Amino acid sequence: MEFDFADEQPKLLMLMYGLVAFVVVVGGLLLLLDVVPAWFARRREAQLVAASASGAPLPRRSKPREGILAIFFLLPTLLLLTIGLVVPAIRTMLLSLMNGSSTNWVGLRNYGWMFSDDSMLRVLINTLVWVVLVPVVATAFGLIYAVLVDKARFEAVAKSLIFLPMAISFVGASIIWKFVYAYRGDGDQIGLLNQIVVSLGGEPKQWLLESPLNTLLLIVIMVWIQAGFAMVVLSAAIKAIPGDIVEAARLDGVSPWQMFWQITMPSIRPALIVVAVTLTIATLKVFDIVRTATNGNYDTSVIASEMYNQAFRYGQNGQGSALAVFLFILVIPVVIYQIRNLRQQREG
Amino acid sequence: MTTATPTVAAGAQKVDGTAPTTAGRVRRRLNSRTATLVSIVIAVVWTIPTFGLLISSLRPEDEIKTTGWWTAFTNPQFTLENYQQVLFGRSSSSGQLASYFINSLAITIPSVLFPLAFAALAAYALAWINFRGRDWLYIAIFALQIVPLQMALVPLLRFFSTGVTLGGVTLMPAWDLVDEQKFAQVWFAHTCFALPFAVFLLHNFISQLPGDLMEAARVDGATHPKIFRTIVLPLITPALAAFGIFQFLWVWNDLLVALIFAGGGNETAPLTVRLAEMAGTRGSEWQRLTAGAFVSIVVPLVVFLSLQRFFVRGLLAGSVKG
Repeated sequence: MEFDFADEQPKLLMLMYGLVAFVVVVGGLLLLLDVVPAWFARRREAQLVAASASGAPLPRRSKPREGILAIFFLLPTLLLLTIGLVVPAIRTMLLSLMNGSSTNWVGLRNYGWMFSDDSMLRVLINTLVWVVLVPVVATAFGLIYAVLVDKARFEAVAKSLIFLPMAISFVGASIIWKFVYAYRGDGDQIGLLNQIVVSLGGEPKQWLLESPLNTLLLIVIMVWIQAGFAMVVLSAAIKAIPGDIVEAARLDGVSPWQMFWQITMPSIRPALIVVAVTLTIATLKVFDIVRTATNGNYDTSVIASEMYNQAFRYGQNGQGSALAVFLFILVIPVVIYQIRNLRQQREG
Repeated sequence: MTTATPTVAAGAQKVDGTAPTTAGRVRRRLNSRTATLVSIVIAVVWTIPTFGLLISSLRPEDEIKTTGWWTAFTNPQFTLENYQQVLFGRSSSSGQLASYFINSLAITIPSVLFPLAFAALAAYALAWINFRGRDWLYIAIFALQIVPLQMALVPLLRFFSTGVTLGGVTLMPAWDLVDEQKFAQVWFAHTCFALPFAVFLLHNFISQLPGDLMEAARVDGATHPKIFRTIVLPLITPALAAFGIFQFLWVWNDLLVALIFAGGGNETAPLTVRLAEMAGTRGSEWQRLTAGAFVSIVVPLVVFLSLQRFFVRGLLAGSVKG
């Protein structure tokens, strides 16, 4: 029961270094930003004085050099993005054309492996199932709940409870649900799901070992986390529908059902698309749930978790990079669709 | 609808011809009551898994392993032993989570501050300083949001471990970080990955500040740095808070970045890494797993509940305005 706080001091020291670095970098930058324009102003003044002293025509007052200032404002961001995202992304594309240890070019062989290897096909199919089910189910649930809870009593509390899983890490959520799926061979069940099955007269199961059921059960975790996000965004969209439209429809005597399909749905279509697209992208990149709940075993692996396995566990940089690039390629059309929709919405 | 008053609504019921009957009114009230009831039931069901975890984490080890957590209602036995063990226990099989908790803090705080400051500066420049290629630069940064961070992992790790050489010339030596120093590369990675979204979110807010205000300040002779510090920063505090919460939750809950850049030891790995490891190797030690999971979710939960307002505002600004 002894916890030695002294052991933790190097960490706190490191944290302090980090904070000092922050103050120095940001403070220094702001200071620099103050000094540079002042310097330019002084120089211009000196030019003016020199010009008037020599009797030469006054130099044309140039517009303030804003471009130079902008560079300082943007410098840290551009530098970090270049080092941390742009260059690595290009390198990953190149690495995906090389062998496992990145020493020889192998052309498209890594991509060929992706689409021919049996276990990889399983991974691709799993990813497809994830990407179809999570956005559809979570958005549908979020929408139904947002309509249901609209103007209900205890609306705020009920919404908070649904929204709460958003704050829980995927790892934490996976443990929560692993406990729901827990299995005991004999005696009382400790997992809620098996208890329900048993009390209905069924046999307890090892849920996470049975493919393809286990993938669906992992998807439940993701839906549980993300439905709150869908609900909050859609609920805001519903509340933003102008009151007089709703009132006019009510005057025309539409039923709640008609109201939903003819007023609510068209009004919140942009929000629906945003939610579905955001969830699709998040789902493509899902990694933590699979890793924590099954470690990708029992046919549950998806692209993002397989990418980690290949690149960081098996040392297959080429194959891992190919998977990352494939993930990127999958994301692009989704984003293009969203951008097109947003543009239409702005013009319309 | 210039006369949208309650009397109009009452009149509307007469117009549509079906509602004025008592039965209709009762049905409507029942409907809304059913909706309320159903939505509360769903909300409760939604919370049960988390609630079960919390109850379990407070039960003695033997009880957790042999009976369901719902029996705690008829046979209440509670203890803080699990938390004691998982937080402060010294044996390697216990969690030692106190140590990892500090790691999580040490990783999270700078990883929130750096992108916040850099993105605010960049977003201001992109919104209010005139220079050539501004729009293209903004679009480029915006577009970087779609690069999955998986695309950056392998080369970025190599960047830290072997440095940068170009044509035989070493541009940057390897970082060669050990133990606690690895925090630095986690901060670096989190900052890089957060910037596109941070710039986008803050740009949304900053570009909507009234132009007259900026104009007036310019006429009074204020320089851009001065406007940024004295006018813009105070006005965008809610946006900064929104992004800060986002980034906090994201970094605290992250597994992938930490797994790759922090290493697995108790010198640097955050709670999530340790928990994922425990779930894998000691998956049946429910007394430790449940307590450990709750330790890891309690901080983001508190942050989330107390600052939910800002969080939702940021969410809506980030996802809907596009």
